[in-house]
Amino acid sequence: MKQVSACLALMILVLLAGGAPALAVQPDEVLDDPILEARAREISTELRCVVCQNQSIDDSDAEIARDLRLLVRERLVAGDDDEQVVQYIVARYGDFVLLRPPFQPNTLALWLAPPLMAVIIATLAVLFYQTYQRRRLAGGGPEPLSPTDRAELDALVERIASTSPPNPSGARRSQFRAEIEDGLKSSADLDDAEARGDTDGSDGQQRT
Amino acid sequence: MPVALFAALLGVMATLLTDGDRNNDPSRLPSPLVGKPAPTISLPAIAENIPGGFTSEDLKGEVTIVNVFASWCIPCLAEHPLITQLAADGVRVYGINHRDQAADAITWLRRHGNPYMAIGFDADARASLEWGVTGVPETFIIDADGTIAYKHTGPITPDILERKILPKLREVAGG
Repeated sequence: MKQVSACLALMILVLLAGGAPALAVQPDEVLDDPILEARAREISTELRCVVCQNQSIDDSDAEIARDLRLLVRERLVAGDDDEQVVQYIVARYGDFVLLRPPFQPNTLALWLAPPLMAVIIATLAVLFYQTYQRRRLAGGGPEPLSPTDRAELDALVERIASTSPPNPSGARRSQFRAEIEDGLKSSADLDDAEARGDTDGSDGQQRT
Repeated sequence: MPVALFAALLGVMATLLTDGDRNNDPSRLPSPLVGKPAPTISLPAIAENIPGGFTSEDLKGEVTIVNVFASWCIPCLAEHPLITQLAADGVRVYGINHRDQAADAITWLRRHGNPYMAIGFDADARASLEWGVTGVPETFIIDADGTIAYKHTGPITPDILERKILPKLREVAGG
């Protein structure tokens, strides 16, 4: 029983560790020297399998990927350093084999476009926000009534109040007035909910 | 103003999409070897009775086409008549037999004809790697100094022969 549980524990451990990952690298390719092999693996993950677009030669089962893996190992055994190995392959297959594009004149657009875009968008965002703030602070609503408009409004209020059946007291008039002015205000600045809040209690018909 | 900008953008995109001569086709890889000396290789013959085995040195002295082919490669068969035609017209054509079995290659050449002045047998594709070959067929034009002047990836079609290969051959021969 003890052995069974030990066995199980071991199996779980292996499963948790992921077991051995599926490798494209075949046993016969592996170098005897573990340090060289580790370097070969590292270089291989950075090199594109040219016929399979976005797979590294380390991942690919394509014949040419295998050939390139062997070539990487051949160069390492011959004593090349990592940089030399990569250059050897770039000289034959071009920059395309590099999964990480180098920073050089013909890749400037590639490297600089994203930060440039970020700067442009950030600038636009700041400008937009500033304009918005300025407009908000500048008045928060419509311009005050001109004297002519005010006189007209007074006349209107007077007329409505005088034609309304229940005796319009002075208090009622000023309430009318406030409501009309509020109405003007809120129709111009819908965002300004506070201004409307004052009169909501007195008139259920006010827009919300 | 925005409309003008948009129109300009459309214009740029349209040119980039339609102008195939500028090598904007992303599947066409420019070979870094063009303009460089042909990489050193030394290949054996497929068999004794097939002219072949050559080294990079043999390519010098005359404009040469090097055609990478294999018996298992259908596009190679498709372009074979054009290669044969080029050879018949007096162009020196060398072949690299890529990742092939000797017996298959011999049968293929017997059946379809052997236009090659010499064929190098590259069963393990090691020489092809030196030449940056990604697949078959590929065709290189080598000038008299042994420098790679042009590389075409994929089969040669009559159109490509007219528009690319023949002009390049004339240019290299004249220069």
